[in-house]
Amino acid sequence: MEITVNGDAVTLDGPLTIARLLVEQKVKMPDMVSVEHNGKILDRAEFETQQVQSGDTVEFLYFMGGGA
Amino acid sequence: MNLTDEQLERYSRHIILEQVGATGQEKLLSGKVLIIGAGGLGAPAGLYLAAAGVGTIGVIDSDSVELSNLQRQVIHHTPDVGTPKVESAAAKMRAINPDVTVRTYFDRAGPDNLVSLMSEYDFVIDGTDNFSSKYLINDAAWFARKFFSHAGILRFSGQLITVHPGQSACYRCLFPDPPEPGAVPSCSQAGVLGVLGGVIGTLQATEAIKYLLGEGELLTDALLTYDASSMEFRKVTVRRNPRCRLCGPSPTITSLEQQDQAVCDLSGSCKC
Ligand SMILES: [Zn+2]
Repeated sequence: MEITVNGDAVTLDGPLTIARLLVEQKVKMPDMVSVEHNGKILDRAEFETQQVQSGDTVEFLYFMGGGA
Repeated sequence: MNLTDEQLERYSRHIILEQVGATGQEKLLSGKVLIIGAGGLGAPAGLYLAAAGVGTIGVIDSDSVELSNLQRQVIHHTPDVGTPKVESAAAKMRAINPDVTVRTYFDRAGPDNLVSLMSEYDFVIDGTDNFSSKYLINDAAWFARKFFSHAGILRFSGQLITVHPGQSACYRCLFPDPPEPGAVPSCSQAGVLGVLGGVIGTLQATEAIKYLLGEGELLTDALLTYDASSMEFRKVTVRRNPRCRLCGPSPTITSLEQQDQAVCDLSGSCKC
């Protein structure tokens, strides 16, 4: 299936969960990521259950605490 | 307000702009911006806001200048090491532009002082360096109903978003769950490319200026991310989260004192 991850077209075997997508996309620090799935921000508890389907759009938003 | 001859010359490059003009410059001169944190983000923001002639600039920070700050906090100079950051920053802003009134607060932004402090200003710039402060500023801006620019920088990346409380997505809409304390990398270990503060802090100042002018489109409902490695900017469209604990229809955060302890425990653990 083809999905869009952070603006890039990605081809994957699917469907799969957000948690699995984080692994497959080699997100180094999944605890430091907030996920927007088709425009909706997910709760962390939903990562294990939310399915990603062909045509979906996923954005990984990273925590950035720095500034000084 | 009537601009003096000296002001007409100082701000001539603004005044010839169709979107600014003498009227816009007068708006800037009567504008009030609060900068929280005189560090990597606050430094360029303060310099440009002062140069632009923003009439009142408040700076709150409880730290003093350290040698390791100078790689990126360009408002502080080598002889300032040991001086309170607010004093060092104020001296530079006054030197750039005597039109500007700088108010300094040698204090930590906290739940006790932030809402009342914000209410004295038109726009707020979050230039802090830890999650605890970033959630606190987001929440205080909600209770004060104050526009603010949120930003963060880390390693080779940075991002920012402008929040119109009650109208556009807030920081908690995007990041509902603060990271687990164990998951937070130490920024002093992670490091940050010095110029990142310049890029992102200057964009924050741009938002403040646009807000004061009433010109252009603010960066609301969009997180602008910057990756210095690939030189890519991306604007990620976001929207208000109906489950937001702060600005959603069923809020569970109804006062600043209710800040979850998990977030407060992060305070200071991620300083850079
Ligand atoms: Zn919200």
